[in-house]
Amino acid sequence: MTDLNFVPGQAVDVNLAVRNGAWRVAEYRLRQVTKWWGSIVAFGLGNPILFLLSVGLGVGSLVDANNGAEALGGVGYLQFVAPALLAAAAIQGVMDEVTFPTMDGFVWDKAFFAIGATSVSPKQIANGVMIVALLRGLFTTVLYLGILLAFGAIPVASVLPLLLTSMFAGWGWASLMLAFTARLESDDGYFAIISRFVVTPLFLFSGTFYPLEQMPIYLQPIGWVSPIWHSTELGRFLSYGAEIEPIMFFVHFGYLALMGVVGMSLAYPKFHQRLLK
Amino acid sequence: MSTNAAREIVIRAKNLTKRYKDFVAVDGINFEVYRGESFGLLGPNGAGKSTTMKMISSVSQRTDGELTILGKEPNQKGPEIRAHLGIVAQKDLLDRELKVWENLYVYGRYFGLSRKFLKPKIEELLDFAQLQEKRNSKADELSGGMQRRLAIARGLVNEPEILMLDEPTTGLDPQARHILWDRLFRLKEQGVTLVITTHYMDEAEQLCDRLVVMDKGQIMAEGSPQELIKKYSSKEVVEVRFGTDKNEAAAKKLESMGDRIEVLPDRILIYTKHGEQLLSEIVEAGMNPITSLVRRSSLEDVFLRLTGRTLID
Repeated sequence: MTDLNFVPGQAVDVNLAVRNGAWRVAEYRLRQVTKWWGSIVAFGLGNPILFLLSVGLGVGSLVDANNGAEALGGVGYLQFVAPALLAAAAIQGVMDEVTFPTMDGFVWDKAFFAIGATSVSPKQIANGVMIVALLRGLFTTVLYLGILLAFGAIPVASVLPLLLTSMFAGWGWASLMLAFTARLESDDGYFAIISRFVVTPLFLFSGTFYPLEQMPIYLQPIGWVSPIWHSTELGRFLSYGAEIEPIMFFVHFGYLALMGVVGMSLAYPKFHQRLLK
Repeated sequence: MSTNAAREIVIRAKNLTKRYKDFVAVDGINFEVYRGESFGLLGPNGAGKSTTMKMISSVSQRTDGELTILGKEPNQKGPEIRAHLGIVAQKDLLDRELKVWENLYVYGRYFGLSRKFLKPKIEELLDFAQLQEKRNSKADELSGGMQRRLAIARGLVNEPEILMLDEPTTGLDPQARHILWDRLFRLKEQGVTLVITTHYMDEAEQLCDRLVVMDKGQIMAEGSPQELIKKYSSKEVVEVRFGTDKNEAAAKKLESMGDRIEVLPDRILIYTKHGEQLLSEIVEAGMNPITSLVRRSSLEDVFLRLTGRTLID
């Protein structure tokens, strides 16, 4: 048993303490997440491999053998579906952080309240969650891109544009989900419902496997509201020059940015309110 | 020790109020806490102690009134204030998946403390909390007392000016409580201001230089434990039991004998200057209590006097 010797109030530099809180929240969270990195890598690799084997080689060879390239703007089927798969992968990656772990912070483990008792502000906690969500989205997307490259599905030049467009979709979706999760007092199965009845339909109806215009007009609005569609259109344009109207370039980016900004501006006050109740 | 007027005020509350919808948890209280003292909030569960603590800790915003902590206003300067507080909440809120030392490390990082500073600091804190042997255990694997000590060590990682302890020894065995009191006393000696809530009167008497007695969101009395006992109680108390159905009848006879009398469901308390003498008088009067006890007055008696209720219902 030894004594603790200190002069109260000398250790902390207040200016330093109130800055960069979001990064320290992220640092903490990554310390936790890396404890099960094995399963994260396994899921990150397993999904795209299975997908490319079944849809890419199966459906893809059928489409390519039947002159599908003409209808798809002159590219192979995998190149065509890659932007959508990557956007969906980014969204899946961010979802893993802004759903259950965020609930955990507020409701079960209540880690956010422990962090909120330090010099970190509620807004910084929200930002910290977002940083980790984006890192997880990035991680999933990069793995996916690596597999696509390994399969020879996309050229190297497509990597950066596709990373950008898919992460943009991931950010927009993560913000909205963060604002949603911050409002939940208990899970009640919402996340499973969102995953099955929102994310999955968005993925299927976003012009993922064929151009959205092939859909009956009454189904197309699902694509119009879907971040995956906007991201996919941008990705197709940037990666292999698929035709889009110039104005639509800005509409797609604007829509995703709007999701991100609206989501965060709805999430911040809720974090503030809950943590300073 | 100089007079209060000359000492620095670190917490000042004026008409401090917290309402949750229709419920008033803290009802316009006023108090000041001086640097280096040990200040207690004593009261039963639901008195508003924890809510008051949360407002001082700047983790809950007040509904009304004024509050300054370390010269700053918490709604505007919460993070700056919390940078110099050590907050030990009623629920430990440790990270159960992280190791003991990691809990300390991560918490230190939130305050922007460097790895270089934290490395030796963690060793000191592990020694202080007697957790060296458990350093690599997950927090989840610790006993209740160990988790409490870890939570307190964590609250000290930023070398705080004010340490806020909400019910620090609830759920601890007597030995663990005494060890903790000893640690807290040493911290105070080093100049750390302590703010403690408790519903244990012995804890309040042991630890607090000054305290407020709270009930139903209000402050009933304020002073040092000795002052409060002197003001609101007599020097000694005689406790007698006659059996549940006979207490009422006995009380009528006893009323004239002491300074004051309290009839509780299981016993009668008679307040007096000279306990032994009064007890002899009771026996001489032909009343034979089943059990009897003469003791010094305590804060429990102060609370009973002020509210008509015991601290632990």
